[in-house]
Amino acid sequence: MRWLKTVCKEVYGLFVDDGGFASAILAWVALVKLVLPRIPLLRAWQGVVLFVGLVAILLASAVRFSRRNTIDRHP
Amino acid sequence: MAIHWAHAGSSFLATFVASFLASLVECVEALTVVLAVGSVRGWSGALSGASTAIALLLAMVVVLGRTLTHLPLHALQFFVGVLLLLFGLRWLRKAVLRAAGQIPLHDEQAVFTRSKASLQRPDDRRRWDRIAFAGAFQITMLEGIEIVFIVVAVSAGGPGLLPAAGLGALAALVLVILLGLALHRPLAAVPENTLKFAVGVLLSAFGTFWTGEGAGLYWPGADWSLAGLVAGYFMVALVSVALCRKRPLSSAMESH
Repeated sequence: MRWLKTVCKEVYGLFVDDGGFASAILAWVALVKLVLPRIPLLRAWQGVVLFVGLVAILLASAVRFSRRNTIDRHP
Repeated sequence: MAIHWAHAGSSFLATFVASFLASLVECVEALTVVLAVGSVRGWSGALSGASTAIALLLAMVVVLGRTLTHLPLHALQFFVGVLLLLFGLRWLRKAVLRAAGQIPLHDEQAVFTRSKASLQRPDDRRRWDRIAFAGAFQITMLEGIEIVFIVVAVSAGGPGLLPAAGLGALAALVLVILLGLALHRPLAAVPENTLKFAVGVLLSAFGTFWTGEGAGLYWPGADWSLAGLVAGYFMVALVSVALCRKRPLSSAMESH
């Protein structure tokens, strides 16, 4: 059974290295999929809204990592 | 009789051309990512990922045939799209942090030494890159599913048109493989870390597009919005690099 555990760990590692980052992406995708189709006013902007949320998550995660990294190096 | 044959011939040609052109667009999209992943991570993983996806798609076509039209296309696109999105954004985040100096740049000399050492161990020669495999597999699967649906849809115009549509898709695939063979050498001249950054942008853009497509979201300009997504991710990645760039020691010390 150890091989199965290793395979699962390898596959998981392909998609997730920062749990918070991956969870934020999944949460945003779920929110967009469930909520946006119910708002007709935003129909033309659905794709753009998905993109904007994802880049905000990317930006926030990268900046947070770099701040933490700087603090760790120079406490 | 002559009119009947002429009509059948023109239908065959029209179906072939329609399938060829539509499939060509999808094949070029897949080629862009497979070429980039292969250049960065190595060709064995990328090519085995792409060929596994093609084999799986062919098996699907052979086994399921026309019942494929009953498969939930959007659910499939959404599932694979989300995986590609997680994979692509993880890659892009790493590339941004690497470009900003927050994590070490890829050290070519260290890689050379490691590769040399691993080549001396016979067991390691058979190892392949799971990241290259996964990236190439996912994008080929996504674009391939589209091609399968194009072939099925285009051939629905009349009985006997399936071979024409299939040949059109096959011709597009062959053309794109030839294009890939011609392009892979010039790509090798691009610095590796620049290429990694570009792959992150491409994977994230494709992942976002397919996730949206699978979720049934509206994209302005349909497939053309992919170009906008690539440009958007590129700009945001550049801004992220600037924001994350390691500050000089003195300014870091002053702020803490």
